[in-house]
Amino acid sequence: MSIVLDSKIPSGPLDQKWSKHKMDSKLINPANKRKFTILVVGSGLAGGAAAATLAELGYKVKCFCYQDSPRRAHSIAAQGGINAAKNYQNDGDSVRRLFYDTIKGGDFRSREANVHRLAEVSTNIIDQCVAQGVPFAREYGGLLDNRSFGGAQVSRTFYARGQTGQQLLIGCYQALEKEVHKGGVQMFPRTEMLDVVLVDGHAKGIVVRDMVTGKISSHSGDAVIMATGGYGNVFFLSTNAMGCNVTAAWRAARRGALFANPCYTQIHPTCIPVSGDYQSKLTLMSESLRNDGRIWVPKSKEIAEKLRNKQILPDSVKDEDRDYFLERKYPSFGNLSPRDISSRAAKECCDDGRGVAPTGLGVYLDFRDAINRLGEPAIRARYGNLFQMYDKIAGEDPYKQPMMIYPAVHYTMGGLWVDYNLMSNVPGLHVLGEANFSDHGANRLGASALMQGLADGYFVIPTTIANYLATQTPGKCSVNDDAFKQAEAETTARVNKLVGIKGKRTVDSFHRELGLMMWDNCGMARNKTGLEENIRRIPEIREEFWNNVCIPGSGNMANMELEKAGRVADFLEFAETMCYDALAREESCGGHFREEYQTRAGDPDVDSGLVAPGEAKRDDANFAHVAAWQYNEGQAPTLHKEQLQYEEVKLSVRSYK
Amino acid sequence: MNASIRPLCAIWNSSIGKKYLVALTGLVLVLFLAGHLTGNLLVFVGQEDFDEYAKFLHTMLHGAGVWIARITLLACLVIHVVATIALTRQNAAASPKYQHEKTIQATRSSRIMIISGLTILAFVVYHLLHFTVRVDSNLAELAKESPYQMVIAGFSSGIVVLFYVIAISLLCSHLSHGVQSIFQTLGLRSKKSAPLISFISKAYALIIWLGFLSIPVAIYFFKFGR
Amino acid sequence: MLNLTLKVWRQKTPQDQGSIETYDAKNIPEEASFLEMLDIVNGRIIETGGEPIHFDHDCREGICGMCSLTINGVPHSKEKGITTCQVHMRKFQEGDTIWIEPFRARAFPVIRDLIVDRSAMDRIIASGGYIDVRTGSAVDANSLPIPKTDADSAFDAAACIGCGACIAACKNSSAMLFTAAKVSHLGHLPQGQPERDKRVLAMVRQMDAEGFGNCTNQYECEAACPKEISVDHIARMNRDFATALVKEQLLS
Repeated sequence: MSIVLDSKIPSGPLDQKWSKHKMDSKLINPANKRKFTILVVGSGLAGGAAAATLAELGYKVKCFCYQDSPRRAHSIAAQGGINAAKNYQNDGDSVRRLFYDTIKGGDFRSREANVHRLAEVSTNIIDQCVAQGVPFAREYGGLLDNRSFGGAQVSRTFYARGQTGQQLLIGCYQALEKEVHKGGVQMFPRTEMLDVVLVDGHAKGIVVRDMVTGKISSHSGDAVIMATGGYGNVFFLSTNAMGCNVTAAWRAARRGALFANPCYTQIHPTCIPVSGDYQSKLTLMSESLRNDGRIWVPKSKEIAEKLRNKQILPDSVKDEDRDYFLERKYPSFGNLSPRDISSRAAKECCDDGRGVAPTGLGVYLDFRDAINRLGEPAIRARYGNLFQMYDKIAGEDPYKQPMMIYPAVHYTMGGLWVDYNLMSNVPGLHVLGEANFSDHGANRLGASALMQGLADGYFVIPTTIANYLATQTPGKCSVNDDAFKQAEAETTARVNKLVGIKGKRTVDSFHRELGLMMWDNCGMARNKTGLEENIRRIPEIREEFWNNVCIPGSGNMANMELEKAGRVADFLEFAETMCYDALAREESCGGHFREEYQTRAGDPDVDSGLVAPGEAKRDDANFAHVAAWQYNEGQAPTLHKEQLQYEEVKLSVRSYK
Repeated sequence: MNASIRPLCAIWNSSIGKKYLVALTGLVLVLFLAGHLTGNLLVFVGQEDFDEYAKFLHTMLHGAGVWIARITLLACLVIHVVATIALTRQNAAASPKYQHEKTIQATRSSRIMIISGLTILAFVVYHLLHFTVRVDSNLAELAKESPYQMVIAGFSSGIVVLFYVIAISLLCSHLSHGVQSIFQTLGLRSKKSAPLISFISKAYALIIWLGFLSIPVAIYFFKFGR
Repeated sequence: MLNLTLKVWRQKTPQDQGSIETYDAKNIPEEASFLEMLDIVNGRIIETGGEPIHFDHDCREGICGMCSLTINGVPHSKEKGITTCQVHMRKFQEGDTIWIEPFRARAFPVIRDLIVDRSAMDRIIASGGYIDVRTGSAVDANSLPIPKTDADSAFDAAACIGCGACIAACKNSSAMLFTAAKVSHLGHLPQGQPERDKRVLAMVRQMDAEGFGNCTNQYECEAACPKEISVDHIARMNRDFATALVKEQLLS
């Protein structure tokens, strides 16, 4: 199959592309809109916003989520905030600056046009959310407050205490429920998508399993939107919710959709360190803490040793014995350096034997100076709930002793390949939010995930989907068509096969094994040997999984082991593609750090003082492309490249010194 | 539906509407208790004053006053009881039981509201038959002479006093939760006023308990007026 | 390491009767979370050929509202201001017996074991718990200043995660705190005023129609709420409802 990746980026100057595209986009007359059915999978910020907005426009929408209510999608867990180029602070922000920060933050591996559009609509998002009743933080004058966030030198982040994601999602959920009430959206909670149905090469439906009754059925529509989140749980331990999975995206990939840049995974620097092998997930402490917290480890291994053994307490370590390593290495951004850079710096310190926490995998996030400067009440007002959360989990009071943090898998920039219309290479299949690859390049800046999810859902897809629908006759397919019957039969057979194995090992044991292997060899740092090892080992684990996994009970009722097994089975296939991508990308950029490709003494940029040795080293000549992988049953995936065209931005070394 | 009763149905058909009725009728009954207690305490002032007070009640507004009061109170009582029974039945239907039951902060008084309420209702019926309708012909005769003597005679019986003590104690419990509930249900309570409202509620319940019990205790145990 | 006895509600299908089963939970690390303890127990059940204890959970960081266990008779356990997933085993003692039941209410039918159907809460929101604003039609976010105190009060109410602990803790399975939190969140904001009366009437009527009980002002809801949402919002909703009902029934 020869695939041409046409990004469909409109011509013209960068700042006019989106306006031009909106003008050039097809319209569908209101009387015809109600004849089109759109299937939306996922009800987070992207999916929920899309479902609500499309229903408002008059389309018939069916929305599916695996949780018991659309309000529980994992967008809810985002803590810090949402960026928007409002420049309410009068500190020099603009659409152009937000665009540039995002491109640079993404290590110059994202599309200019997509990112510029994101920056443009960011302002509309804030207006929309405020109108919906999202209680953003305000100043005493009654106007909106902002704070600064990693990777930016302006204050453009809107926030609602430490629960911004929750508040935005609830706004979106309310809009969705409003449309449910009006009859525009039919909601299917506790329903998991297990396959996408293609009719003549177009995505026209999905196969789902009812997680209460176990019934497998299909739904037909005129277009499919997947907003199914990221694949961070391929690592088993991550900050994602337990249910987050790659299944929907992977099932689409198996049907021909290309998976772009799967190796770009974001490691978040501020998570609570792992405490034991029973651990099921990692908890993120909002990045906003880095506004006032200072990150350090001891300068000497001996002090670190004493701290690990609890022979001394951190507050007794003198200032001259502390290494505030982010402030030292990146003086202009300091503790607010971007996530990938901060995470790797923490890892280096721990690899150097200066880590704290009992496992040696932890660094301090210290509020002593901020408390002395601003007083405890001010800190309590800003971060009270986060401090409380830390106390509950770690059992220590962060007002008295510094928090301990360590990087953890948090977000995945890779996802299904989409064009400017957010449509994948499979006609009719649209992908939004974290599930697509489009806006964050190799690394996402803080407070940009919420922005992208809502931009895609509220403002982009409602316009661009018409470009596809206008070429289609509504209601052409029905679930009685052969393609649907066949897809249903395949899904049923797969479920029956899983339930029939009745082996010896639990699903979780396989997931842990895979996760550990991915973390060790395809995590914060990667190298050729490790990746090749993974590519060899993953098929072996997969083989054992399909022969020895134990799923008690049957498929025709609620069965959580079966649900997990289906997801792990897909992770076991997907992980391999991820390693292939990491292996093929022979450079370091953003969340992808190949140990072979780092700055060293002797490089011109190092000698000139622009970057420190040991930083990610990009190879723009050979890798300024999107790597889109095509699934091949039983064989290595095929790589397709989309060259990234930079018309306005000059690719530069990403320096935060 | 008849347009004239539609608003009433709208109130009755909603949970909050019924609770408003309970709160408002409760408020009337609470205020009545204060008046009733004040009048009763005239027993301690003397026979003459008490009988004068009884006479005033029966003659104010040319005798209509007592009937207006009686009808209002009866209506409030009936609404209060019928609405709470309806709410309690709904609540029972809505809430299955846990195998391991536990209460976090609900007070004992709040958990026995229906029991205390129904006991008080039984007592009210008895109390009306006893002192208002006067089914006992001896008391009826006495009352014609002097209501004061009727009260003294009425509380000379141990069994009467025992029932009275139980009922008033339950009334005290009922009020300690009920009075503050009035504020919450009518939307007049907040975190800031909650401690004050709670204090008022408990203090009122205590005053009612002490006040009403002082009479039978004085008569039965301390031979007051005998 | 802790050794515990679990008394767990098991119910295979919604139609089944269900009963309490007893499990030994041996060698549980004190640093584990409550749900991780159940993961460990489930792993052992599966390895010995049994069917695992089913329970709802997702984010495991106290914000999604999915986890819904009643621990020793109290939704989300007796620890204040946390969800089930934030309960840690260090809060238990060696040899403890722990009762684990679903969030109980007639309006929350059991799906399996500890999983219940809470869609009634979605229907309450759908009946009016929103501001009807069409995407793209909003005015500039700063065109309408909101006093900080109002914004903060709105936030206090909006912190609700929709877990249903208030309902499960209530002796009457009343959904007043859940409903009031939404009424109060939107009612505190200028954007929420045009639909204020309509909203409270519709939401309270839906709440009644779902078969929830009534408030008896015992405040168990507030004590069980993982976000410690105040019953002040209930008082406020009572007031709003009365005003709206009078306007609807007696005024134009």
